Amino acid sequence: MEENRRLSKRLRRKRLGKRVSNVYAAIIYAFIYVPIAVMVIFSFNDQLNNYYWVGFTTKWYVKLFSGSELWGYLWNSLVVAVLATIISVIIGTLGAMGLMRFEFMLKKVINSSLYIPVIIPEIVMGISLLMLYQICNFPLGLPAVTLAHITFCAPFVVIIMRGRMSGMDLSVEEASMDLGANRLETFFRITVPMLVPGLLSSAFMAFTLSIDDVIITNFVAGPYSTTLPVKILSMVKMGLHPDVNALTTIMIAVLILGILVNNLVQAALRKRSMGTVKTYF
Amino acid sequence: MDRSGIRGKLPAMVTAGPISIWLIIFVLLPLVYVFVISFMSRGTYGGIDWHFTFENYTMLLQPLYLKIIWKSLKLAFLTTAMCLIMGYPLAYWIAQKPAKSAAKWLLLVMIPYWTNSLVRLYSVNLLGMPNGFVNLFLMKLHIISEPIQFLYTDGMVLMGLLTAMLPFSVLPLYSSIEKMDKSLIEASKDLGANSVTTFRKVTIPQTMGGIVGCILLVFIPSIGMYQVPEVLGGGKVMLVGTLIKNQFLMTKNWPFGASMAILLMFSTIAMLLIYTRVGKLEELEVV
Repeated sequence: MEENRRLSKRLRRKRLGKRVSNVYAAIIYAFIYVPIAVMVIFSFNDQLNNYYWVGFTTKWYVKLFSGSELWGYLWNSLVVAVLATIISVIIGTLGAMGLMRFEFMLKKVINSSLYIPVIIPEIVMGISLLMLYQICNFPLGLPAVTLAHITFCAPFVVIIMRGRMSGMDLSVEEASMDLGANRLETFFRITVPMLVPGLLSSAFMAFTLSIDDVIITNFVAGPYSTTLPVKILSMVKMGLHPDVNALTTIMIAVLILGILVNNLVQAALRKRSMGTVKTYF
Repeated sequence: MDRSGIRGKLPAMVTAGPISIWLIIFVLLPLVYVFVISFMSRGTYGGIDWHFTFENYTMLLQPLYLKIIWKSLKLAFLTTAMCLIMGYPLAYWIAQKPAKSAAKWLLLVMIPYWTNSLVRLYSVNLLGMPNGFVNLFLMKLHIISEPIQFLYTDGMVLMGLLTAMLPFSVLPLYSSIEKMDKSLIEASKDLGANSVTTFRKVTIPQTMGGIVGCILLVFIPSIGMYQVPEVLGGGKVMLVGTLIKNQFLMTKNWPFGASMAILLMFSTIAMLLIYTRVGKLEELEVV
């Protein structure tokens, strides 16, 4: 009897603990999402200065789609992000393979300097790149921004890919070469297909790092052409207009849609691959 | 297989070569250059005068700059502490979920990070306006009668830093909690320890790698983020990041800015050395 009561007391306490932790988690999720909710709500605000709520309107979306200079900056951001993603994924994936499989001079130095762009404050990278461009007489602008973005994206790609590769079965590659394929053939027909999930997630990482970067880009963009985040930073002092909110809302909507589609595709693929497994066995 | 000669080295050169060269040109050499410049004097027209001096570092000891450094460290420390207080329970909560839904809850933490951080910070600003949501809410509840002046205070900057950094703290914490051997907790409880003792003596030591990783990933970036005080401080809150930025983009005193950057970098390295005592660099969950 005594034992039972003690047990039920423990159970009750456990249940209470669970409820408290659920509430705590909800509060933190609210903290994370309130600014985003505000951002979305104020994209429908009928006031230019956007300091307080006046009334509902969709005119900022209309304005956005009837020609806005913001698209130009978004385009710049996209071009930089796509280029930086492609190049850093190529360099980073090759680098991850090289760093995992081969021994060479300076390997230790390279291995540790991979973590420099990841860990040092971005502002230090920003000024060091600005100084590099200045001493090399390299003009500031979008090409300089792209090079800077590759510099901080590629190490992330190496780290992600290395993590994926360390879990990979290398004997498949050896088998391919034993069966007469050369290194290049093996690379494209065996290694790359195995790497696809890692490639996708590192490309996603590189893209998101690049598209939202403001600290480093602000140093190397120069005065003329710039990316969307840097443009927004320069607009913030005057107060952001609702059209910026509208654009950001559209961007997050596209992102969420992308995630959903990705999930669906992955689920479909999983189903299909499971089907093939069944037919094989 | 013959491994010597150019043919043997070719695979290593093709794979590791590009990233090595890239890191040397764009990361290592520029940092060495910044280090050198930090010991040079400022030229008359904002250029660099190639005269060796310690002046940039002694200048940092002026009360004006010490105060800025102190405030930056204080805010970064508070941000880190808040991230741990908010992030650890959340990470723990997510880690209790089955793997599939845990992934969904984690994704939910990361989505905000994919929206434009400046617009998000500006929304925090809107919330803190005299007639913003927070003040209206508190006045409705009759907790306050007059709107509180949140705008352009250190507290707002702290809120901004927290908004920007929280997702990064949850990831390393989550992965360390998730990896932890759960049977240790049961063992501790079976041996008579209560929840608090178990948490203090088992859970925290077991997840130390994640905790220090979180400190690293939050503290260091918070010092250098100049966009947060710029959006939320309204030019009234000066932090190290803004100070460095101004030396480069406004007052053109590059050597002085470089000296501050070097100081930042060395404190980062010091923190990394502390980190390597509890965890491996490779295990730092940055992604």
